[in-house]
Amino acid sequence: MWKTIVRRFLIMIPQLFVLSVIIFVLAKFMPGDPFTGLITPQTDPARIAELQEKAGLHDPVHIQYLRWMGNAFQGDFGLSYTYKRDVAALIGERAMNTFWLSLLSVILLYAIAIPLGILAGRYQNSRLDKAIVLYSFITYAIPTFVLALVFLFLFGYQLEWFPTKGSVEIGYEPGTLRYFWNKFYHILLPAITYAILGTTGIIQYLRSEIIDAKAMDYVRTARSKGIPMRKVYSKHIFRNSLLPIAAFLGFTITGLLGGSIFIETIFGYPGMGQLFVSSISSRDYSVITALVMLFGFLALLGSLLSDIIMSIVDPRIRIE
Amino acid sequence: MKSNELLKIANLSTGFRIKDSFYNAVDGVSLTLKKNEVLAIVGESGCGKSTLATSIMGLYDPHNTRVKGDILFQDKNLAALSDEEMNEIRGGQISIIFQDPLSALNPLMRIGEQIEEGLLYHTKLSKAERKNRALELLEQVGIRQPERIIRQFPHQLSGGMRQRVIIAIAVSCKPKIIIADEPTTALDVTIQAQILDLLIELQAETEAGIILITHDLGVVAEMADRVAVMYAGEIIEEAEVEELFSNPKHPYTRSLFHSIPQLNSNSDRLNVIKGIVPSLVNLPRSGCRFSSRIPWISAEAHEKNPQLHEVAPGHFVRCTCYRNFNLRGKRGGRNYELYTNK
Amino acid sequence: MSFIQINNLHVHYPVRGGFFNSVIDQVYAVDGISMEFEKGKTYGLVGESGCGKSTTGKAIIGLERITSGSIFYEGENVTNKRRSRKSAFNRDVQMIFQDSHSSLNPRKRVKDIIAEPIRNFLKLTPKEEERKISELLEIVGMPEDAKFKYPHEFSGGQKQRLGIARAIATNPKLIIADEPVSALDLSVQAQVLNFMKDIQNEFRLSYLFISHDLGVVKHMCDHISIMYKGRFVEIGTKYDIYNHPQHIYTKRLLSAIPGGSPIGREKRKRERIRVEQHYKAEHKNYFDENDRVFDLKPISKTHSVAAASISKGGK
Repeated sequence: MWKTIVRRFLIMIPQLFVLSVIIFVLAKFMPGDPFTGLITPQTDPARIAELQEKAGLHDPVHIQYLRWMGNAFQGDFGLSYTYKRDVAALIGERAMNTFWLSLLSVILLYAIAIPLGILAGRYQNSRLDKAIVLYSFITYAIPTFVLALVFLFLFGYQLEWFPTKGSVEIGYEPGTLRYFWNKFYHILLPAITYAILGTTGIIQYLRSEIIDAKAMDYVRTARSKGIPMRKVYSKHIFRNSLLPIAAFLGFTITGLLGGSIFIETIFGYPGMGQLFVSSISSRDYSVITALVMLFGFLALLGSLLSDIIMSIVDPRIRIE
Repeated sequence: MKSNELLKIANLSTGFRIKDSFYNAVDGVSLTLKKNEVLAIVGESGCGKSTLATSIMGLYDPHNTRVKGDILFQDKNLAALSDEEMNEIRGGQISIIFQDPLSALNPLMRIGEQIEEGLLYHTKLSKAERKNRALELLEQVGIRQPERIIRQFPHQLSGGMRQRVIIAIAVSCKPKIIIADEPTTALDVTIQAQILDLLIELQAETEAGIILITHDLGVVAEMADRVAVMYAGEIIEEAEVEELFSNPKHPYTRSLFHSIPQLNSNSDRLNVIKGIVPSLVNLPRSGCRFSSRIPWISAEAHEKNPQLHEVAPGHFVRCTCYRNFNLRGKRGGRNYELYTNK
Repeated sequence: MSFIQINNLHVHYPVRGGFFNSVIDQVYAVDGISMEFEKGKTYGLVGESGCGKSTTGKAIIGLERITSGSIFYEGENVTNKRRSRKSAFNRDVQMIFQDSHSSLNPRKRVKDIIAEPIRNFLKLTPKEEERKISELLEIVGMPEDAKFKYPHEFSGGQKQRLGIARAIATNPKLIIADEPVSALDLSVQAQVLNFMKDIQNEFRLSYLFISHDLGVVKHMCDHISIMYKGRFVEIGTKYDIYNHPQHIYTKRLLSAIPGGSPIGREKRKRERIRVEQHYKAEHKNYFDENDRVFDLKPISKTHSVAAASISKGGK
């Protein structure tokens, strides 16, 4: 197992290399450069050329690439031109914000979706099932930004139950309980919005897995042993039906850092999603490249994590 | 019920819902299983033999199935029991062995746990005792190194081993009746022989009655004491095994025997039964159900309402058409051009 | 004279493992078998699941990559051009599968299913093609109007006959039939087997009949090869195999077949136990230390057995 994990990490190297080349090339193709935003009619073109020279933009492409990669390896993704801060530190701070929001979102998501999926599958074709399916179709049909805006308007501005922007109010001492509580208060509404919208996939998947499992031969065997139906469900049907959900867990965990562009932007929450959008619109491409690299790495890590989780929960899959 | 009778099925009909009406897949079946007996139920796919098994076990979907008639076991009518009441009997007093050992075990559960599960609900054994019983059962069904096997998962065992595990589960609570639904169809012949021998051995120890459901007349010849032949939901012939093999009466039974590629005969052509088994929906519910497959027999030769006739002690045949049936009448020529568009 | 010779056929699958996922071992699915086919004869290939009999069939027709060995067709080495469209071998060797249901494309009409080999191999005008299809349907005992139907509208036996119609469309010389009747009910099985015999007589076809059912094989085949772990343990005529089996594996297989009558089942059971004991006791005379079958040695003109020494012979 450890061998496989090490091998998978080694395989990631060429994959990340290809990704980095693509990102670098795309970044080069983007119109303008970091200094474009500084140009005013009064700027001396010689001054810009000097800055470009200093930043190494006139070096051969491969030299520029190697320099970028070399720095990236040392955790130095350069300076954000908009925020005038070290990219790594900026991302780190945003990542923590996003992590807390995502964690709460995912917990709420599973807390809503798994019981609903199980109930719908267990009582297939009942009124309860039909209601759950209807719910999942409705939430599937609503675009994220619509529900987010409605919630924000209703619970944020009209009823004023929740704050409408930010991650914490100014004036709280970090580390105190009040600070923590205030953070929690800020992420609650976006997390609920996210959870409600994300449930469809899990509910539908779980429901159909359970309906399929009910017709399996091993379930018939279990019933033929005279086990109460309740136990057949808990020990045979649910357990086996949750497997594919567990398989997604790896992606879910690494996805925690990705953040949601819509949710974060609408709720004005300073996380990764929002950073990504704003850095694109401001051509802050040292941030963009760093983020894309990070997302790529997380996706690869997620797939590995999923494989490992699968091999733990499903005895038929063994990675050696 | 007489003292040596284990199970008495009287006029059992099991119907499935198809578009708001029920169609009987088992249609008025009466059978008696005695202690220490192997009763074989033979028939081709769709004859209702497996439906009969699931009806006895109560393993059907109650919303889309209608069961009428009596299934008398001890002093209870199983057909009238609730699912909870049936759980007392299922796995404890009556157990079942299914056809496909590949899919009949839960892939995510260790072998030991799957054997012990039944013991948990039907016995008062402690955890340690249940484990010991599981080991003992595995040994009994001929599995070596049971300590290792109970910790394994189904995919780690071969098909024959899995079928042994399923048999161990079936006999774990010393049932009075074992229903074996095509227990060896998915296995190789050498494994089949071993499994069949094992069933007979276990029966000798427990005196259980076995209902053996199969399409394979060879398996019947090796195993059965008594045979009931089913066609289109009905029993069309029933007799002791020697009697049935030496003196089959019903046209269907006789046709079947002549379509087996006999190991010890060199005849070039096999008998073919004309037509196809009518589907559940299209099946005519009155008259002789086999009549469409032997159209050269005149309508008068059939009974209006075919009954089982005792033609020899313990040998029953449905309908009177067997008297006029002559297999040779249809031999020769190409007789496979039997296209029916039903 | 045989028209197809198969010499020392091997099909090995690599087993990958280790840190660099390199080939660490081989699975010897087919491990050195030779066969010859004569016109109008049926060759049985018998063995238990996983013995390599299906792989052999697929390797001959070109659905499996051959690791080593050669196939000669009408004197020509066709080992590497079996799948070429132009190859006569590809046209003259066809296959029938066990699961007729999944081997017929559910979205195609019968007409198009049967026409496929015709379009590949025979240059016919649309009219001729139409006539050919009607002719084929008549041969397999199906009415004209079956042409316009889809596979799901037919029963199991009918579907298997459609599979046969497709296989004989190019007037093949050899048909490889992989468990053609195992999924069918007894009476339908009889139909298909009768039919296979009829078209054999009519067209002088040869069959390679792959099956685990020794009763069916006895009914159908002239020559029989018994296979175990990718190798032949015994080959011979039907008479040789069923009346004078020599290899312990063959004897064990034959003793396991259920009898045709309940009379004598106690005796058969004792015999079965005796053969089983014999099998264990004599194992080293028939298999080497890796449980590999020895090479075949002829004991008569038609009959060969794989054993260390055949001196014991007889019963």
